Amino acid sequence: MKLLKNMLGWVDERFPVIETWEYHLSKYYAPKNFNFWYFFGSLALLVLVIQIVSGIFLTMSYKPDALLAFASVEYIMRDVQSGWLIRYIHSTGASMFFVVVYLHMFRGMIYGSYRKPRELLWIIGVVIYLALMAEAFLGYLLPWGQMSFWGAQVIVNLFSSVPFVGNELSVLIRGDFVISDATLNRFFALHVIAVPLALAGLVFVHLVALHHVGSNNPDGIEIKKNKDANGIPLDGIPFFPYMVVKDIVAVVLFFIVFCAIVFFAPDMGGYFIEANNFVPANPMQTPAHIAPVWYFTPYYAILRAVPPMFGSQFPGVIAMGISAIAVVFLPWLDRGKVKSIRYRGPIYKAFLASFVISFIGLGYLGVMPVTPTYTLISQVLSVVYFAFFILMPWYTKIDKCKPEPDRVTFK
Amino acid sequence: MTDNVDRSKRRLLLAATSAAGGVAAAGMATPFVMSFMPSERAKAAGAPVEVDISAIEPGTMKVVEWQGKPVWVVRRTPEMLDLLAKHDGELTDPTGAIPQQPDYCNNVNRSIKPEIFVVVGICTHLGCSPSYRPELAPADLGANWGGGWFCPCHGSRFDMSARVYQGSPAPTNMIVPPHQYLSETVLLIGDDTKKGAA
Repeated sequence: MKLLKNMLGWVDERFPVIETWEYHLSKYYAPKNFNFWYFFGSLALLVLVIQIVSGIFLTMSYKPDALLAFASVEYIMRDVQSGWLIRYIHSTGASMFFVVVYLHMFRGMIYGSYRKPRELLWIIGVVIYLALMAEAFLGYLLPWGQMSFWGAQVIVNLFSSVPFVGNELSVLIRGDFVISDATLNRFFALHVIAVPLALAGLVFVHLVALHHVGSNNPDGIEIKKNKDANGIPLDGIPFFPYMVVKDIVAVVLFFIVFCAIVFFAPDMGGYFIEANNFVPANPMQTPAHIAPVWYFTPYYAILRAVPPMFGSQFPGVIAMGISAIAVVFLPWLDRGKVKSIRYRGPIYKAFLASFVISFIGLGYLGVMPVTPTYTLISQVLSVVYFAFFILMPWYTKIDKCKPEPDRVTFK
Repeated sequence: MTDNVDRSKRRLLLAATSAAGGVAAAGMATPFVMSFMPSERAKAAGAPVEVDISAIEPGTMKVVEWQGKPVWVVRRTPEMLDLLAKHDGELTDPTGAIPQQPDYCNNVNRSIKPEIFVVVGICTHLGCSPSYRPELAPADLGANWGGGWFCPCHGSRFDMSARVYQGSPAPTNMIVPPHQYLSETVLLIGDDTKKGAA
């Protein structure tokens, strides 16, 4: 024991172990009124670890070559010991990453976690979300199935609609005039090293920013306003061990769901792994019905809802791009006097409800085939989606808010 | 000491060093961006392909690969050709004003021989390959459907000359590749420079 203590002392003189531990964990004071919505940040970190670990092991058996890729994935599924499990963990992890991140972002929206002083924390979070979408898209090409190929074809062609330089841009991305071996190989490189490295760095910066400004809470009021004689927030409790223990409960619940999917429904009825992706990529034939994986479908529905203008489908691409990054503007769109939905008025709640309905509705329409009726509904829902953001400065200002409490509410 | 600092000189040197450093960084980035462009091998892969069209039954099509893309060769029936002139008002670009075809195909049928139609089978919207739907008025495409192609990805509709219908997400007609006849039954796709008197 004494030896251990001496070793720690030796290290601590040369690297701030204890200081870091205290700053980020044992003396990081989180609001005591956290509820279940606050599980999803820790869970996102957990899924990142799951993806990195399972991904490393998949890399050892996968071959990033257009002639070998599909067969190597089947090799992982059939011949590699436990390979099927590792792959299903990785594919389920991808979808669960988005489940967790969407809930995490929604938490930020309802409790006003993007408001001052957390604007930068929010922006970093949106950048993480964009990196995550890139990572998911790049990874989806790797199995080299029909959906991989045609999904990549469609997304890369979005860039070719950029005026003037579009064609060159899409050739630059593909490294060829069509999706080919060169594309697969570079997507592999970006998927296994470039984007994960960026993600790790962004997550680190996200946490540093969070621990600098402190966590928001369901009441949307600052716990740093009420401190005791030692400068510790009266409504804060140390993250370690209290919040860690709380998060362990979430981890257990999460793993129950996660394992149920991995073992009983790894393709989730075609939503996590699409049926057409069990067919090798065929550049000569598009499957009769193609749809992106579920986490991209709301934006995809918006893309399809916008008709071509001036002989170009660039407006649709722009609308899709803006819809994906719109949340980044929330800190400056929201003029409400209060942060949390608990003290907001009915107008905000109505707009938020319509936003949720439009997001889920567009997500549903994005997996459905194109019919004139569905296109019309997509157009209506797209307008609702954008109205939530565009009208926000107005409706948050006129809304009747309830008074915020001085201290957090805690039963 | 600090009183003797020439601040403007220091600023100038700082700006000059930063600029030089920026140029060097841009220079260093060049080879990496270049490596993202198609390789020499990828550029060489666009060789023309020969197609024997004798076995294509009227009303059916054959798919061949050229530059990694599907190229359709369709033998249209006289009924199909008759229908082509009857829906100009519903098309985005009925006359081929946007050069999506070689000049020698800028005619009513968008082809050299009226019945044989050659087109790159890639939707001009986002690059899916549309499905061949030659039948008239099928249940899913409506009573006005006069045969053509339907893109499963985003619902673009094309007629039997691969001209896009108004209201489709695709902005332009599909591309007719350069091609020529080497004989009555052999077609060369990807090259239209005449080799002798073929």
